[in-house]
Amino acid sequence: MKHCLVVDDSSVIRKVARRILEDLSFEISEAEDGLKALEACRKRMPDAILLDWNMPEMDGLEFLLALRKEYGGEKPVVVFCTTENDVAHITRAMRAGANEYIMKPFDKDIVEAKFHEAGLL
Amino acid sequence: MIASQFEYLKQFLKAKSGLVLTNEKQYLVESRLLPVARRHGHAGLAELIQAMQKPGAMQLCSDVVEAMTTNESFFFRDSTPFQHFREVMLPAMLKARADRRAIRIWCAAASTGQEPYSLAICLKEAAAKLAGYRVEIIGTDLSNEVLEKARNGIYSQFEVQRGLPIQMLLKYFTQKGDLWQINPELRSMVQWRKLNLLESFSTLGSFDIVYCRNVLIYFDQPTKVDVLQRIAKQMPADGYLVLGAAETVVGLTDAFRPVPELRGLYQPAQAAGTQGLVARSRFQVAG
Repeated sequence: MKHCLVVDDSSVIRKVARRILEDLSFEISEAEDGLKALEACRKRMPDAILLDWNMPEMDGLEFLLALRKEYGGEKPVVVFCTTENDVAHITRAMRAGANEYIMKPFDKDIVEAKFHEAGLL
Repeated sequence: MIASQFEYLKQFLKAKSGLVLTNEKQYLVESRLLPVARRHGHAGLAELIQAMQKPGAMQLCSDVVEAMTTNESFFFRDSTPFQHFREVMLPAMLKARADRRAIRIWCAAASTGQEPYSLAICLKEAAAKLAGYRVEIIGTDLSNEVLEKARNGIYSQFEVQRGLPIQMLLKYFTQKGDLWQINPELRSMVQWRKLNLLESFSTLGSFDIVYCRNVLIYFDQPTKVDVLQRIAKQMPADGYLVLGAAETVVGLTDAFRPVPELRGLYQPAQAAGTQGLVARSRFQVAG
């Protein structure tokens, strides 16, 4: 079973994402900001990360840049999932090493399609 | 809706579009036709069906056909038909048409354009191999409304997120507020025509590759046979037909035969010795 870390400061979004991804047979853990996500990755590197952009402490982009410098940090497939839906943001995220990008609002079809694009399904 | 009205609608749709409406599809009728009824100022389906039978109801009748036959579509829907396009059909055609340097593709149920544009993207990605070739894509559908959308190539955020990798979105689309428009370069690669598959399409000319996905399922057996046989007449012996995942020619017509090991792919039955060509082109890709 693949392991996906869901990183979002909204508990509602984390819950929705967890439900969708568990249906797709992922094992889920959660983090509420980039800093906590980085700690979680140091303990156990996930196969996939669903990543919000705007969060307290450390935002999604800062987290991604830090993650890619960690030992084993190149391995997780990172899928951004954010309301930042303009070309400039998407381009920055992809350059920073994201693998796919979901523009909120999302549903199960979109998560499934994007995880498929990213080679996770 | 009383039984006689549903019966009228069934016969009307069968005659106009070939659509076979079974009794368990009543819910579909309600969800698709109530908006049409409202748009035309009718209180409900009973009034709408009455109005359809009056003289001069051409526009209303055409709106009803459109609403009932429009189908949801995604970019790179089912992915395999596009993998077959990149890895089997395109290499085979580049070889077979090396003298004429022209390839014609027909999307027979183009709907809102995602399928022809997905093929256009595949062609763009293979541009280096295609240098010097003229590739035409014709998208047809019987609905004016969907053709208009297809021609504009403007899609919602939901539509561009199902099947389209983000890199392709950045590369081939321009953001317009909450919407995304496919770039003019790709739009100019597809020509659009209004066409009802029940009517003659012999004037469209000959096609090397035909995508006819998820439309035959709505037709009854004799109509499926008729459409398939008329498609076969417009194809060279080494052409390819692509059907939807739930569709087949087997048991319907001898005009096509399945390409071994490539699900959803068919060739005209008179083709001889093309199997070797398929195998070779696959080998090339793998190598």
